[in-house]
Amino acid sequence: MTWTAANWPHVLELTGTHLVQSVLPVLLGALVAIPLARLAVRSRVLRPVLVTGSSLLYTIPSLTLFVVLPLLLGTQITSVANVVVALTLYVVAILLRSSVDAFEAVDGGVLQASTAMGYRPLRRFLTVELPLAVPVLVAGLRVASVSNISMVSVGAVIGVQSLGTLFTDGLRRSLPEEIVVGIVLTVVLALFLDLLLRGLGHVLTPWQRAGTRSVTTRLLALGRGAAA
Amino acid sequence: MSLLASALAWLADPDSWSGSGGIPTRLLEHLAYSGLTLLLALAVAVPLGLWVGHTGRGSGVVVGLAGALRALPTLGLLTLFTLLLGLGLVPPVVALVLLAVPPILSGAYAGIANVSPALKDAGTAVGMTGGQVLARVELPNALPVILGGIRSAALQVVATVTVVAYINLGGLGRYLIDGLAVRDYSRMLGSVVLVAALALAVDAVLALVQRLATSPGLRQAP
Repeated sequence: MTWTAANWPHVLELTGTHLVQSVLPVLLGALVAIPLARLAVRSRVLRPVLVTGSSLLYTIPSLTLFVVLPLLLGTQITSVANVVVALTLYVVAILLRSSVDAFEAVDGGVLQASTAMGYRPLRRFLTVELPLAVPVLVAGLRVASVSNISMVSVGAVIGVQSLGTLFTDGLRRSLPEEIVVGIVLTVVLALFLDLLLRGLGHVLTPWQRAGTRSVTTRLLALGRGAAA
Repeated sequence: MSLLASALAWLADPDSWSGSGGIPTRLLEHLAYSGLTLLLALAVAVPLGLWVGHTGRGSGVVVGLAGALRALPTLGLLTLFTLLLGLGLVPPVVALVLLAVPPILSGAYAGIANVSPALKDAGTAVGMTGGQVLARVELPNALPVILGGIRSAALQVVATVTVVAYINLGGLGRYLIDGLAVRDYSRMLGSVVLVAALALAVDAVLALVQRLATSPGLRQAP
């Protein structure tokens, strides 16, 4: 444990940059993918183009994108921006598919009912469609964030600082302890973000919690209300 | 754009295609590492997934295990195993197998578990044994999902094998690491084109296999 004791400020700093490089793409990717997915849902042209395009995008290896992007964007090859842009593209690729599924799973009857009640399209989207799509959207976000956290470390191979730096540095200096610290922190970060997203999904869908209360209790409560 | 032109020039240069460090050799190395990894991962994950899906035993463990394995950073495992086991083929292959197991395992498990219970019951009702139900009812019905898992595992492995060049092995990642060391961006960009093309080709072949292996009964218009 001597290495960890001597280097924990550095490790903490790397954990911070790792977190930024994995969270920022999830946020940006969600902001791009969710509206795009909604547009694609009822479109005969956009849907196949976007769904196929995103799965093609996903076949490009991450290390490859980390190298190509600085050449295209004109950024430094060791800049964090490359990793953020590359991972945002992956998040869009993952989320687009699952968000299209999420919106398609929303009950059409509910949408018609809200239109009949006078909801305009934007309000209907924000207050009816989006909340109902949350469970599937969150499932997609969880997959994206876990795979992101693991991919960020690959950037270390080309010199971008993250927890992956502990792997490359540990290999160079033959310090298994340094690598193990990196792996453990990566897994902890992944679990932490997963928990956070699960919590978010839970908070955003209070009606699902009501559903977990036993149906009998609710029926009994209804019966009592009717009798009174 | 001049950079793209020089990358294409590197790809077109006959020197890049010959010798022990030539593109054909590196391509074969890349495919050999990927193939070996996938075979080992299939040998572990498919029987386990089929068994769990068929019996329903330990499904919670499998889902949890697949999730936990996904969170493990491949680069970390690669460097750790290399330090502990020394240089050679074993450390990267073990790390890559751990990467390939979760998608195959969850595909095999989910495919079998989601076959309609009515079909399984029908199989039992016409006198099939448990093994026959698995081989003749569950497996053909679950095949598209199982192959889907294998396909995404293959894609991840082909992409990630690029990283093994970091620990002094071959494969197409060699050009990326060596090119980076001497700031030869045309070689790096050229190899990037090769890896992306290889990934797309592998995916296309597996998509075709998936299509051909799907029973005609399942191939209905959506």
